[in-house]
Amino acid sequence: MLADKDRIFKNLYGVHDWGLEGARARGAWDGTKGILEKGRDWIINEVKNSGLRGRGGAGFPTGLKWSFMPKQSDGRPSYLVVNADESEPGTCKDREIMRHDPHLLVEGCLIAGFAMNAIAAYIYVRGEFIRERERLQAAVDQAYEAGLIGKNACGSGYDFDVFVHHGAGAYICGEETALLESLEGKKGQPRLKPPFPANVGLYGCPTTVNNVESIAVAPDICRRGAGWFAAIGRPNNTGTKLFCISGHVNTPCNVEEAMGITFRELIDKHAGGIRGGWDNLLAVIPGGSSVPCIPASACNDELYMDFDTLKNLKSGLGTAAVIVMDKSTDIVRAIARISYFYKHESCGQCTPCREGTGWMWRVLTRMAEGRAQKREIDLLLDVAGQVEGHTICALGDAAAWPVQGLIRHFRGEIERRIDEYSANPHGDPVRVAAE
Amino acid sequence: MAVRRLAPADVQPKDFAFSAENLTWAKKQIEKYPPGREASAVIPLLWKAQEQHDGWLPEPAIRYVADMLDMVHIRVLEVATFYTMFNLEPVGKFLVQLCGTTPCMLRGAEDLKAVCERRIGHQHHVTKDGKFSWVEVECLGACVNAPMVQINADFYEDLTPASFDKLLDDLVAGKNPNPGPQVDRQFSAPQGGLTTLTDPAIYATAPRSGGPALDDSNAKKPGAAANVREAGVPRPPVGDSSGPRQN
Repeated sequence: MLADKDRIFKNLYGVHDWGLEGARARGAWDGTKGILEKGRDWIINEVKNSGLRGRGGAGFPTGLKWSFMPKQSDGRPSYLVVNADESEPGTCKDREIMRHDPHLLVEGCLIAGFAMNAIAAYIYVRGEFIRERERLQAAVDQAYEAGLIGKNACGSGYDFDVFVHHGAGAYICGEETALLESLEGKKGQPRLKPPFPANVGLYGCPTTVNNVESIAVAPDICRRGAGWFAAIGRPNNTGTKLFCISGHVNTPCNVEEAMGITFRELIDKHAGGIRGGWDNLLAVIPGGSSVPCIPASACNDELYMDFDTLKNLKSGLGTAAVIVMDKSTDIVRAIARISYFYKHESCGQCTPCREGTGWMWRVLTRMAEGRAQKREIDLLLDVAGQVEGHTICALGDAAAWPVQGLIRHFRGEIERRIDEYSANPHGDPVRVAAE
Repeated sequence: MAVRRLAPADVQPKDFAFSAENLTWAKKQIEKYPPGREASAVIPLLWKAQEQHDGWLPEPAIRYVADMLDMVHIRVLEVATFYTMFNLEPVGKFLVQLCGTTPCMLRGAEDLKAVCERRIGHQHHVTKDGKFSWVEVECLGACVNAPMVQINADFYEDLTPASFDKLLDDLVAGKNPNPGPQVDRQFSAPQGGLTTLTDPAIYATAPRSGGPALDDSNAKKPGAAANVREAGVPRPPVGDSSGPRQN
């Protein structure tokens, strides 16, 4: 288990003062000027060497992403955009950072912004997080007042602004190009890539979009050294990570742990074990609703919670939002509800996603009742495959994966329901897909 | 995707304008963005307009904001209908947004839905006294505190049908129920005690949380939620777009 001294978010639970004074006492804003004086390349190298992989779900190396930004400006300014549009079902970590340790984020903005020569950071907070936004704005105001950001930030001679912006309830705005569209005052519909935001991003200028957690851990990496961060976790999956444990555990919670902690240790130490004991476990969605579920049989002592282990299980770490389901769960309905979520949140731009998400939801809803034909299971799998990878952004993939995971591991359950339904007389005929 | 239309003409007001205070606020918001990029402020401004107009966004406000930002009306109409937090029809004084997505559903959101249907009626229906309306929304991002609802600006977490019922009673009675977990719990920490951050050495230089101690008149009541704290919590200044709704 990670030692308390190695934790970055020391006020995760809001026990202590969130303000500047409290944050400073916990080590934030300590020697920030010195870090900036070491220069851009040093910061980017340090983050690269730490092995930090983006905490927003995709796990792209953060230092590498920063290095894509132009070293010399061609006349256009550069921007840092922080993605605080946290809406992936199961995920509630950035909220804790914004309301309980906001100064880590503000300091991270300065360091990351400096490393990519940005003139300003825009933090895009999801619209529902009203209190969190107020808290973050208050922290930004404190930092301005103390001269930590703004003109001559921290006395470094570098000018850097931080602005808090917000959305109004669209999951798709967590996709980086949709977020930029939204920030420009448009509907949040993703852009085609390339060009990538590092070339043409916000207002047509070079932009890097990072998750809140990726930015908030950067100051500690620079302060304590890449070696410290890289020594935690497992190879290629280093550092600490905020896990959000929800669903059928005894004590759901957020917790900062080492990457690659085993699933069992995570659940037993922090979440009080599975409700009704380990034998009662049915399935786990290990990384937020987008990733395929894994069955209880895969949750052994070798299940390390990191990007690579979960990828090998055809799932993913995603945002490390662990949704636990015990044997009382109606798994087909649970996944159908996720399908409804994607139907609701599809932006409507690409046909496979706009039509496919609703279609998958309708078929799954019938399957949950058993009101379906067995051949539709393969049809559903086929349609999910048609949606996956055929859309501008990854929402299509995210809608297809849970369905694929369900069929991969719980096909028998769907078939059982169909048999059960057809064994009993019903007034209305069983419908077939494409009704 | 959902079809979202404006409210019928007979409930739309004739015109809309920001109050003097909101106008000053709006101008400050626009300054956050580079010259020529004023359109960026469209969501914050529409949100402010909604706050000023009893929690829903009328059609004249959409035109008003468009003119203010020098945008074509249809572009702002697109934004208002795309983002689901803009209520295009009248809502109750307390708008209950109930999270129904899987993590909340696993922990009993459907029982809370039944409470809403019993007490308020079907979705989007405003009660006769104008106090309540409710809507099922998608994940609100408080999954470890499931099931939960958002009522206006605040999250009420770790609910049961009984505590949710009581919460609604308190709102009817004009009390100010404490937001946050409705069980004995420190925000998103595990119930029953911390499993991490227990080493006092990491706070060796940290000042104990400040603020005056509670006095007799506002002592922690038995059974009160865990977020009633022993020491005063510093409150953020109401600065950004989200003060109490102005009527």
